[in-house]
Amino acid sequence: MATEQASVSVPHARGSSRLREWQATLVSLLYLLPSLVAFSVFVFYPVVKSLWISLHADNPFGGTSDIYVGLDQYKNALSSPDYRNALKVTILYTLYTVPIGLLIALTLAVMANLRLRAISIFRVAFAITIGVSVAAGAVIFALLYNPSTGVLNYFLTRLGLPSVQWLTHTNTALWAIAIGTIWLGLGFNFTILLSGLQGIPEELYESARIDGAGGGRMFFNVTLPLLSPTLFFVSVISVIAAFQSFAQIDVLTKGGPAGSTNVVVYSIYRDAFFNFHSAYASAQAVILFIILLILTGIQFKSLEGRVFYQ
Amino acid sequence: MSGSPNTRLLRKALLYVLLGAAALAILFPLLYALTVSFMTPDEAARFPPKFIPSGLYLDNYRTVLERLPIPRYILNSFIVSGCVMLAQLVTASLAAYAFAVREFRGRTTLFIIFLSTLMIPWEVTVIPNYQTILQWGWKDTYIGLIAPFVATGFGTFLLRQFFLTIPKELHDAATLDGCGSLRYLLTIVIPLSRPALGTLGVYSFLQTWNQYLWPLLVTDSKNMRTSQIGIAFLRTEESISYNLIMAGVVLVLVPTIALLIIGQRQLIRGLTAGSVKG
Repeated sequence: MATEQASVSVPHARGSSRLREWQATLVSLLYLLPSLVAFSVFVFYPVVKSLWISLHADNPFGGTSDIYVGLDQYKNALSSPDYRNALKVTILYTLYTVPIGLLIALTLAVMANLRLRAISIFRVAFAITIGVSVAAGAVIFALLYNPSTGVLNYFLTRLGLPSVQWLTHTNTALWAIAIGTIWLGLGFNFTILLSGLQGIPEELYESARIDGAGGGRMFFNVTLPLLSPTLFFVSVISVIAAFQSFAQIDVLTKGGPAGSTNVVVYSIYRDAFFNFHSAYASAQAVILFIILLILTGIQFKSLEGRVFYQ
Repeated sequence: MSGSPNTRLLRKALLYVLLGAAALAILFPLLYALTVSFMTPDEAARFPPKFIPSGLYLDNYRTVLERLPIPRYILNSFIVSGCVMLAQLVTASLAAYAFAVREFRGRTTLFIIFLSTLMIPWEVTVIPNYQTILQWGWKDTYIGLIAPFVATGFGTFLLRQFFLTIPKELHDAATLDGCGSLRYLLTIVIPLSRPALGTLGVYSFLQTWNQYLWPLLVTDSKNMRTSQIGIAFLRTEESISYNLIMAGVVLVLVPTIALLIIGQRQLIRGLTAGSVKG
């Protein structure tokens, strides 16, 4: 409305400001162009293509075919006991890794945020797994879990506990991988949480102290609420990462024993690149994507009210 | 902290014990890998396990370097991670600048489109991307390892958050002085944003360095393998003993752990700066 009125009194200015606006938009799009091109080729096109593949038949000679089969691949996946097992394993794996990983990282971050001499040494130690790739970390865990000479079993027996068939028993294999994953993720979670803690203004602690708040009350009334956006961010990232874990499973168990570590991502990989069922694998991927979207939505909904923004 | 000097001292000592125990637990797998890499095959296979090697048995390193082109793997990883990092810094800076500083039609919509890429897991994109790379004849090439990752929704978001903290008056003043928009980005915004750029740089470098599935799919020849694939094959393909495998693991870990120790403070500072303004 405002521009409409202005244009009546100064008709000339309208045309040139419009031109300038278009020019600004055009220049802005040039800034976005490199990213937009890359996203189009390697993100948006593949998503559409995956949907397309998943609605078509598999080509028994590899690659994809153009025989439309509707939702058959999805029905096959959802009714297959293997895929249901993979979904169950994925959810269990997420439940094993995310809450424990967050809790340990938070404890470490709170400790490392104290003003102590030489604290920076501990900070480097707690962040160290950022520098450890998943593949290298998994190979080290293979050594620790080794059934005959493994150190973990040695510690257990020294404590008078029975030794565990870490990677070779269906009851323990998923836990074994989860423990390695928690360790690998600690550095990143710790670093983000520590930076969140450092973003909390010192004055808030001081005024709480003047009000007579003790360490515990300070943590629950000042630290946790102010850290909640960071905790929320880390929890969303961790769930997404858990749903995409691949290298540790490929290195340590290859989905075994008896499918007990066969997460959906591994099942997709086997079906797409070994069994040449690209369409079936694409349907599995789309189902996983939808589940992930719903889970993230639930996370946003349930935590949103509790997250405190300054 | 309150209480008498003695209880304060005791509390401090207890804290150090806790910190030390946590650090030891976290470092243990790495330290153990390091010591095993110096053990003779005999020592490495012994039970109860040894924790300290009898000497620095360097043959492991020699043998593993003879068997596998590990320096080549590391070089490949460096080339790929370095190129992805540079590309992401460029594309994300340009896009974040447009979103944070410039005003234009459809800005919100485009920003949401950028953010939506964060939600899309690679499972959904990996099969078509693999076909694309095959079709373009990029299998077993550096460009095939790099191209899918040159843009980043996360990085754009991170830099935008930082660019927003730069006072708008600076932009107005520069524009009045006749400073063009690209020059403003290059001479004012980029130098002011070093912490955020550093964070994104370290993050994207490590992220690419750690990649596993993509290099597994698009590399065939031994000479194009990245260090992650090399190290995984070391365990699964060649039936060799753990002292050798750990020598390989240590060689592959040294560059990134060094990078972490150098860049950690920067990483924390950059992340803090990025999270100040929402």
